[in-house]
Amino acid sequence: MSSLETGIDIVKVHDDEHEHHEQNFWRKYVFSEDHKVIAKQYLITGIMWAFIGIAMSVIFRLQLGFPGIDISWLRPVLGQWIDETGKLDPNFYLALVTMHGTIMVFFVLTAGLSGTFSNFLIPLQIGARDMASGFLNMLSYWFFFTASVIMFSSLFLQTGPASGGWVIYPPLNALPQASIGSQGGMTLWLISMSLFIVSQLLGGINYITTVINLRTRGMSFNRLPLTIWAFLITAILGLISFPVLFSAALLLIFDRQFGTSFYLSEIYINGEALPNVGGSPILFQHLFWFLGHPEVYIVLLPALGITSEIIATNARKPIFGYRAMIASLIGIAFLSFIVWAHHMFVTGMNPFLGSVFMFLTLIIAVPSAVKAFNYTTTLWRGNIVFTPAMLFSIGLVSLFVTGGLTGIILGNSALDIQLHDTYFVVAHFHIVMGAASAFGLFAGVYHWFPKMFGRMMNNALGQIHFWLTFVGVYLVFFPMHYTGIAGFPRRYYSFTSYEFTKSFTDLNAFITIAAILTFLAQWIFLWNFFYSIFKGRKAPQNPWRSNTLEWTAPIHPGHGNWVGDIPAVYRWPYDYSKPGAPEDFIPQTVPYSQTPESNLPHENEEIAMEKEIEAQNYNDQFKNAH
Amino acid sequence: MVYIIGFLTLVFLVLTIMVIARLQNVLKGVKSDDKTDGTPPGNRLNANLFILFTILSILGVIFTYVSAKADFLPEASSIHGRRVDDLFWFSMGVLAIPFLIVNFLLFFFSYKYQYKPGRKATFYPENHRLEIIWTAIPAVVMALLVFTGWRAWSDITSDAPSDSEVIEIVGKQFNWIVRYGGVENNQLGNYNYKLIDAQNEIGIDLTDENSLDDFTNNTEIHIPVGRPVLLKIRARDVLHSVFIPHMRVKMDAVPGMPTRFWFVADKTTNEIRAELGDPDFDYELACTEICGRGHFAMRMRVIVEDEASYRKWVSEQKTFLQTYPAYLAKVPDNLKAKAMKYLPAEPTAAPADSTTAQAPDAAAAAPGASASLR
Repeated sequence: MSSLETGIDIVKVHDDEHEHHEQNFWRKYVFSEDHKVIAKQYLITGIMWAFIGIAMSVIFRLQLGFPGIDISWLRPVLGQWIDETGKLDPNFYLALVTMHGTIMVFFVLTAGLSGTFSNFLIPLQIGARDMASGFLNMLSYWFFFTASVIMFSSLFLQTGPASGGWVIYPPLNALPQASIGSQGGMTLWLISMSLFIVSQLLGGINYITTVINLRTRGMSFNRLPLTIWAFLITAILGLISFPVLFSAALLLIFDRQFGTSFYLSEIYINGEALPNVGGSPILFQHLFWFLGHPEVYIVLLPALGITSEIIATNARKPIFGYRAMIASLIGIAFLSFIVWAHHMFVTGMNPFLGSVFMFLTLIIAVPSAVKAFNYTTTLWRGNIVFTPAMLFSIGLVSLFVTGGLTGIILGNSALDIQLHDTYFVVAHFHIVMGAASAFGLFAGVYHWFPKMFGRMMNNALGQIHFWLTFVGVYLVFFPMHYTGIAGFPRRYYSFTSYEFTKSFTDLNAFITIAAILTFLAQWIFLWNFFYSIFKGRKAPQNPWRSNTLEWTAPIHPGHGNWVGDIPAVYRWPYDYSKPGAPEDFIPQTVPYSQTPESNLPHENEEIAMEKEIEAQNYNDQFKNAH
Repeated sequence: MVYIIGFLTLVFLVLTIMVIARLQNVLKGVKSDDKTDGTPPGNRLNANLFILFTILSILGVIFTYVSAKADFLPEASSIHGRRVDDLFWFSMGVLAIPFLIVNFLLFFFSYKYQYKPGRKATFYPENHRLEIIWTAIPAVVMALLVFTGWRAWSDITSDAPSDSEVIEIVGKQFNWIVRYGGVENNQLGNYNYKLIDAQNEIGIDLTDENSLDDFTNNTEIHIPVGRPVLLKIRARDVLHSVFIPHMRVKMDAVPGMPTRFWFVADKTTNEIRAELGDPDFDYELACTEICGRGHFAMRMRVIVEDEASYRKWVSEQKTFLQTYPAYLAKVPDNLKAKAMKYLPAEPTAAPADSTTAQAPDAAAAAPGASASLR
């Protein structure tokens, strides 16, 4: 009975059933268990955080570009943090740097990117009604939301938010007397991050379970879109590494509140020798970077997955080397766990360990290189449509290459001696992790906006946004390599105290101007995003002529995503421009038996499997008791 | 520098204007009718912009590099520093190749294979030989870089030669303090963080014979030229990091865990001043691990001088005991006689001695010292 027309004949039955599920406003839009609504909640929270985080960077860039600049016009916002002469307070400068890092890494690029697209795409692309546990999923968002509120409220403390750098190394961040940011601000930071970790773990468990258990009929692992592969591997990374950050944070809380000595030893501060002995600040760094390095990939891998999907769709070509792409994802993910100490070459760690970690770190360049080459080859002899999503994906690959290559320099412990904690590092990770992942976020929003809101974003504005952002990012971060080579240390309030940092004043001013322009360009996106939600052109069923499963769902998918049965899947998601096929795409739901003209020899053999696929159970959560 | 800014601003402006102007037309085009020949709106323009971007960014990279080069640090003044620099520029040279090739191909393919009505993309899902080649090449290059890097790293971090000049450097919020082994035996004495107070800033332990002739300095560190210098690094409150940019020296200062770094400075301050034609040039020592409000201003002058003037400078320094004679109270009885040598010749030292001789443990005799003893 379950015919290949993907159950259109059963529409009516389910429509009736659906009526009973109508929920009130609170359950539908606020405490929703629907993965699509939760995804939008993540996205909008992420966008709000992004604007706050970038605005912070603009403020401290003003101080760096124009040392001692009079910013008393910001007094209505910053109040006491601007002194009588209109200068930014050095303590608050550090707080801004710290909050910028925390917000962008965790709240924007982890929650905003992974939270949005894992939630939105996993059920839609694997053919599931919803996440494995809608309730845990809802809980995950609200833990994140609570963490957000707490972090945000720390901005308003009299002593300011945390200011010891986003890596919160003790003892600076363990001792309230060491810095005012280590007082109430740090307490709230730790509470907020602990809740955030809980949120990530709840989300991650859900993503993994859903991908493993709820794939539709025929959706074997070798037919999963690369987005899903990336989300799955990201979730596994997070599940393994976030608990370690939690333990690091917990021990820090103990040191701060209960007088333990995990990270403290032989400290004399504020005229007082502390009783703590035997602790090790290095221990914290090991624990932190055991999360911290995988975190880089937690941020980046979803962006790479999104890019894979978008580049294939818009180049109208299969992604080159599907299996190699999966293998390199897994390779990067595995290696990301055994390279953490490359952040610690000059911390006094045993030099032998430095050699080991240098070796392991440079291996990671190999799977990364494979990915870059495969993206480029995918473009080769394509038929490229420059949607804004495609532009951002191409931009991502460029940034990934440019920023990744300088990582090979920094991963080399001998070279890291000079470059560690200079602007070279800042340039490196902002390009490869910050900007590249942000480009992934933009690409994803432009690409799946029609599925999220049933409307299209403005194409021309998207293209303008891309070019301004792409050029802007390079203008901001490329020159930072030069200041890094000249030895400029990061997290400096000003470069006026040393002779060797007296140069490059013009370049620093230039970077600041470029940063402001790039920030302004983001308002184009913001306008486009919110305007299009309400007034955008109505989206067609499959605007990008894409193969993946989400475009077979209704334009406004309801709770449960598909009306009637969940479609079955017969082929991989990258049958673009297949020779012999009438169209330049063949959706995953089209069986080989319907496309004899374009089947490759081994695919004809799979026709026999179709009966088997159809005979499988529906794996439909809504059909079973729930 | 002004040129770079001008140039880059121009690039940015031109791009902005072009994009906006051209897309205005596109916008109009969208409104009038969506598909004239099936080419998606703005496609050709974006393809062309990729070429423009490629050309401008290549020019930009070359131009900015050339002008920025003038402001890079001068040639390293330490032996390992030059080795590191050579390795750095060698690696950068190697990496510039994939940087240029991949970015160029990426943008060029974007242009070349832009959408053309009626054309069909090539179905080209994989090519194992190609993939093996471009897995192998990076692997080999990485092996090369790892090997050279590892050699350099092992040499730099090897044990310091036994004839090294040992200098202790301590980071605190927000300055550095150096301690020298002294005029007599040139051995650093013990320390204990619990002995720290307002005068004894780094907790010199005066019960150790070697401490008696130690001297400290809060503003400058002198090092001999052409001889290994071993920095024994520690921190007394939070993390700091010793950074001597011109020597390519960097190592964290960690409370509770002494670290070390050794190097050979082979260009005196005078030599580099002459070389740069800048009579005011000074080597500097900075902090590169965030340590609080004053992190950006922990400057210490580094003075590299020849052996003779270094020795002369050392001999002229006042020992810690000379500066703070009251601390004689902390010296155990059996070392008192020896300690007297390092006291100032004035008679004021004597009373301090006699009052405390009876009760060596009575720290109260030295008011400053007692503050934090517990």
